[in-house]
Parts: sequence; C-alpha cells; structure tokens
Amino acid sequence: MALSKEELVEFIYDMVLKAQGKKQLKAMDLQKAVLKAHPDQDKTMVKFAIKELIDTGRCVYTYFGGSFVEIPHEEGAAKH
Amino acid sequence: MSDTPLLDQLESGPWPSFVKDLKRVAARKPAAKDLLKQLDRSYKDKITHWKHGGIVGVLGYGSGIIGRYSDLPDEFPGVEHFHTIRVNQPSGWFYTTQALRDLCDIWDRHGSSILNVHGSTGDMIFLGTTTDELEPTFAELTAKGWDLGGSGSAMRTPSCCVGKARCEYSCYDTMDFCYEMTQEFQFDMHRPSFPYKFKIKCSGCPNDCVAAVARADLSVIGVWKDDIRIDQAAVAAYHAGEIKPRGGGSPYAKLDVKADVTDLCPTACMSFDGKKLAIDNKNCNHCMHCISLMPQALRVGTDTGATLLLGSHAPILEGAQMSWVIVPFTEMEPPYDNIKELIANIHEWWSENGKNRERVGELMLRLGMRNFFKSVGLEPPSQTVRTPRANPFFFWHAEDFEAEAAGRKYIKI
Repeated sequence: MALSKEELVEFIYDMVLKAQGKKQLKAMDLQKAVLKAHPDQDKTMVKFAIKELIDTGRCVYTYFGGSFVEIPHEEGAAKH
Repeated sequence: MSDTPLLDQLESGPWPSFVKDLKRVAARKPAAKDLLKQLDRSYKDKITHWKHGGIVGVLGYGSGIIGRYSDLPDEFPGVEHFHTIRVNQPSGWFYTTQALRDLCDIWDRHGSSILNVHGSTGDMIFLGTTTDELEPTFAELTAKGWDLGGSGSAMRTPSCCVGKARCEYSCYDTMDFCYEMTQEFQFDMHRPSFPYKFKIKCSGCPNDCVAAVARADLSVIGVWKDDIRIDQAAVAAYHAGEIKPRGGGSPYAKLDVKADVTDLCPTACMSFDGKKLAIDNKNCNHCMHCISLMPQALRVGTDTGATLLLGSHAPILEGAQMSWVIVPFTEMEPPYDNIKELIANIHEWWSENGKNRERVGELMLRLGMRNFFKSVGLEPPSQTVRTPRANPFFFWHAEDFEAEAAGRKYIKI
C-alpha cells in the first residue's frame, strides 16, 4: 500500500539513517527501495519526499565520485 | 628567494601568463597568494594537493557547489577551503556589461576574485571561496537573478551556440531551446538523482560550434531536410576571386571551387563545370564544408529542424565515444513537448538500468540499441545504423518469427 507523504518522508529518512557509515545511497537507490517495499507508490512523491528532507536540513547531498543523500555530518576533508 | 620559483619561469615566455594575473590578484587577496604557493609546491612534488568533493553546498541544492580543500592547510591557510561555484550562464553566453560588473562585484566580496569564463559545461565558474561564504554568495546571486548550474550526478547546465542571434546557418533557435530545457529540468539540475552526469548541448547547424556531438549526452544539432540554396552568380564570383573564401576568415585570397569545394565533398555529391555548381542533395551528408567555404553562394535549406544524438562521453579506459543518432530529424517548435517527453523517457530508462557512474551512452552500448529504442518508445530509423552493411549477423527474436507468420516482414519495435 502506498505511503502518505509524511510516512514516505520518514521511511526514506530511516533508510538513510540506517545506511549512514555503511553504504552511501543515491536518490535512485532510495526510489528503488521504496518501490520494492511499496510497488504502488508514486515515483514523483519519492522525489519530493527527498526534496523535503534536503530542504529541512535533515539530509544533505554529498559528492564522493557521485552524488549521494546522507545524514549531515562533519566534513571529513575540511580541517577543523 | 621567491616563494614560487617554478611558477616564475612561466612568466618569462612571450605569451600571456596566468601566473602574472594571479600575482596581481594576490596583491589584494591572500587566497590567490596561497594558491600560487600551493601550485608551485605541486610542481615540485609532482602531485596535486587538492582534495575534491564532500558535503558543502547551499541549502536545498545538491549541485552547483564543488567542494575543494587543500591537503596542506597549515602551510597554505588561504586555500584551506577553496570551493568552486558554478553560475548558470545565459543562453549563448550573452551578458550585459552591467551583469558582468554585478557578478564580478559579488565575487570580489565573497571569493578569491578568480573566474573561469567559462567552464566546459558552459557555466561561469567562480574559483575559490570558503564554506562560510557560500550561502551569502548564493543569496547575492539569486537577488540579481542568477542561479547555480549543475554538478555531480545531475542534469548539467544546458548550453548552446549563439544560434539565430548571430548566425545565419542556425537551423533552429538554439537559445530558446536551451532556455526551455534549462527551465524544464530545474529539479533534476539542482537535485542530483541520476546514475551520473547528463549534458545537453545545442548547436544550430552541423558546424557544431559547441562540439555537442563530442561532449553532450544529448546532442541537438540543427539540420535541414530540403536542398542547399545556391546563388550561381556568387559561386562564379568566388571562382573568379571576387569574394574571399570563408567570409574572409581564410588565409587564401581565391577559391578554386573544384579543388577546394567539390573535390573535397565527402560524399562526392557536388560537381562544378567551371560555370555552374550542381548538388545531388539526396546524397549530401550535411557536413557544411561547402557552405562554410562559400557562405555568400550557398545557404542551408529552408525546411529546418534538428537531429538528436545520444551518448557522447570520454571514459579514460575505453576512449571517447561520439553521440549516436537517435532521431534523424525533428521539427523544433516551442514548447518542444515531444523532445521534453523523449528526454524524460531517456532519464527514466537510464535511472532504472544504469549503474553508479555509468553515462547514458555506456548504458546504450551495454544493453544495445534495440533495448533503448523499445524502452524509450522511439522507432528505429535506418540512420541509427552506425556502420551499415558491416555486420553479417542478425539476431532473431521469437517475436520476429511470430511477426513473419502473421504476414509482416519485420516486427514493429
């Protein structure tokens, strides 16, 4: 069954949180995982759920040879 | 002794030196001084001292900021952070002097003052600022109507030649099309969600001034369907040396129409008897050689549009791949809904099947053109055959036999 917008945002956030430090997930990885668990989910809703996570600062885009969605963390490359 | 002895040597030649320019900037920007010192150190160590990537960006965007850090921050604190900002260029790179002043003032206030006009994707590149200055720079840019361009695994900023604004060869309005695509794919440009980068480049004619065929995942190259227009009197004038070839842009004063034009036609579809030029237009491959040599005598046809090609990229191991024709001819009428739909279908197919860091051209080769055409809903025209009559093998599918039994010679893909 398709998730509501709020449920979808939390579903994706949990995936990113669980993967943190273990696997970097691309936006498309998240979409595929959502559709696997909820085949009738609208793809566009997934895109906008990721957008909401980014816009609210709960997740950030990172670039390490490709663009990933991650939980905000300390910049490893920067000197602090 | 100088801090940059190796770089100093680059100032000694007769050519303009970027070192001289950077030293001028270094007089007012400490970052530029450390930039020079770190580069000199790299020349000595024969290794880069830059680290690339990371999490820097502006809120809401996953593109447009490229993180860059020095791996020797204690020695070169001015370039401890030296991030790049890509600013979405206007179509055709037309700026007013006021717009350029605005951009330079913003960058003087918030960054190193060093610009790259323009990067290979087409954006104006602001080189070198700190993490703290990213949001203020972005705020000032947007207040003046600018936006960031694409970077990372995203739609990159579409770019185009000057098109109809300054070129009579242009077979469609490249600037309008480029602008439309930039607006249409804003979401994908600022929020990376593709397996890798995706570039659209738009050239108005086969001269391909933005090198779309070699540099873009989707190359949109203007072309005509009807006959090349000929002004025989002007051909005679070229032959007599009354008009200089290439609009005067050639070292040669006089054109030998037979030797320089018709004999060099790649498909040998032209002939010149000393008085009259004839073109067998059916065999013309639109290379533009003749038109570029005699622009006052020959003009592109009037039934114009564009050819769409897909897949150019230059991977290090496999070597460069040029774009491959997927749509031989399409009308280029705003709002270009057919092309927007096709691009969306290509994105869908690529995102569904592509591996991490696999360009759409690599996927096309890996899964094959048949799979591509079926998936994006295109007919496979004969122009997509890269090397006609060169492959003795044909792989029949079960559907082909079923189609034959049903009385059709070929299946409809």
